[in-house]
Amino acid sequence: MDNPDFHTLLRRRFAEFTPHVSECGMQIVELSAEAAVVTLPYRRDWLGDTERNVIHTGIIATLIDSACGAAVLGAIGRVQAIATIDLRMDYLRAAYGGLTLHCRAECYRMTPNIAFARASTWQDDPNTIVASAVGTFMRSPARRSQFTSSATAA
Amino acid sequence: MSAELEAARSAARERGDYKPMVQLVPYAAFLGVEISMHEGRQRCRLPFRAGLIGNSTLPALHGGVTAAFMENAALLHLLLQLDQDRIPKSIDFSIDYLLSGRAEDCYAECEVTRAGIRVVNAVIRCWQSDPTRPIALARAHFLLAAME
Repeated sequence: MDNPDFHTLLRRRFAEFTPHVSECGMQIVELSAEAAVVTLPYRRDWLGDTERNVIHTGIIATLIDSACGAAVLGAIGRVQAIATIDLRMDYLRAAYGGLTLHCRAECYRMTPNIAFARASTWQDDPNTIVASAVGTFMRSPARRSQFTSSATAA
Repeated sequence: MSAELEAARSAARERGDYKPMVQLVPYAAFLGVEISMHEGRQRCRLPFRAGLIGNSTLPALHGGVTAAFMENAALLHLLLQLDQDRIPKSIDFSIDYLLSGRAEDCYAECEVTRAGIRVVNAVIRCWQSDPTRPIALARAHFLLAAME
């Protein structure tokens, strides 16, 4: 559902309500009913293999989970608690240290209870995907007072 | 790296000091992963801290943190149990969330289902206070360095 006010609010307060998103420095740079784009600036902490200068796939999973959560909330268009049911990542190629990670996620099917999302992650070239993912989310029947579940994957 | 990896593996195997191995993987050190042995099995622990929360209303751990911790548990398991001289590469990772992660420590154990010449299949189990109630189960494939 298109709800520009909600999208603006979620984009601005994503980090504030999600401590781990804030700790990692992730930001929603685009959000609509169709998709979410989340970025993660590089830090040495993200490395998994210092010899090859390769970013750990675990932090990519965190970015993907956050972006899929944001996309699902963007598609719902209002405050709702959501929980990740499952998530599957394919790590297509190495992501290298020194470059920002970008993740675009979309909710491609929404039902009253379940949301299906998919995501692609890249670094400097949007056509060179480093990870692709699919995830399934459960929509909570209880409407919560804050949208803290944003991004998140309880 | 292989010298560092060798030194970290020796520290773990000979002195039961797992810190050098964790320090070798900056992201594992960032999360705060700890390794110990329980009844002959390698176990990872993720001490709780507020920065790992994803939903502050519940509160619940960030689902990405649970996944990342379990990927680390698998990687550290392979680094310590196999004699690879480079860090294995992740091919894919699939996680099922069973319970919401509470604001508590997490534990994970990895089991290598099959170790081929090139590819390892591993399953990872994560729980909190009750080992009989896992909060997540995951399956991962890694590419070993031998093929390069």
